[in-house]
Amino acid sequence: MDVALNWYLALSAVLFTIGTLGVLFRRNAIVVLMSVELMLNAVNLTLVAFSQSLGDPSGQMLVFFSIAVAAAEAAVGLAIVIAIFRSKVTVDITEINLFKH
Amino acid sequence: MAAPSMFFLLATVAVAAALGMLIARNPVASALWLVLNLFCIAGLYLTLNASFIGVIQILIYAGAIMVLFLFVIMLLNLSALPELRSLDWARIGGFAVGLVLLSQLLYVVALQFDLGAEPVGAGTAAEVGSAATLGEILFTRYALHIQVAGILLLAATVGAVMLAQRRFE
Repeated sequence: MDVALNWYLALSAVLFTIGTLGVLFRRNAIVVLMSVELMLNAVNLTLVAFSQSLGDPSGQMLVFFSIAVAAAEAAVGLAIVIAIFRSKVTVDITEINLFKH
Repeated sequence: MAAPSMFFLLATVAVAAALGMLIARNPVASALWLVLNLFCIAGLYLTLNASFIGVIQILIYAGAIMVLFLFVIMLLNLSALPELRSLDWARIGGFAVGLVLLSQLLYVVALQFDLGAEPVGAGTAAEVGSAATLGEILFTRYALHIQVAGILLLAATVGAVMLAQRRFE
């Protein structure tokens, strides 16, 4: 017996929601970036599930490029975190409020 | 597609690891929970017969990206932040937003939308997910796209080095 496509989509929805809660709740900027990676992964899981269910390889190409963009995003995001840490000596996003004043 | 027991085992561990990442106070523990989650998702790709993407997931995500995260966490030598203020309205509102998002997504899944096509068999799925099929399509139909992705990665590398070097006054 096979696992239906809907189970993969439901799992992906749960993981995406956990990632959203991580972005909303965590104060550490690096953990926020990791939560964004979790959300990207949930969407990738949806794409692969649809692609394999329909027998169309284009969805997996999209996942391939999405992983490349995620790698670039992680590198630039962490570089920004390092730059902020060098000037403010914190990664707490509630204390990074330069534009507020 | 593989046996249901494999899927449910991997799915349970994946959700548990994601919750562990959300709850863990130490950033290093968070990162390690996320690595476990990424391995489980790679296993799920393998249960979908998407062998190429599964291997790429382990190599790039669990390997390269998470090593970068752990390197930065340890480079900055972060102590655990004082997490979790007392229960306030922002936190309750955040939970409400999460619940609404989850119920909305699950509602769409539960609608049983019609894809207009039957799911393909395991043999076809394994052929579609193999490195041979994906490599062929990658260097023919998506040849321009991969050049653009290469330029993006180059720009990101240069940008990351420039940003990390600069000292904001």
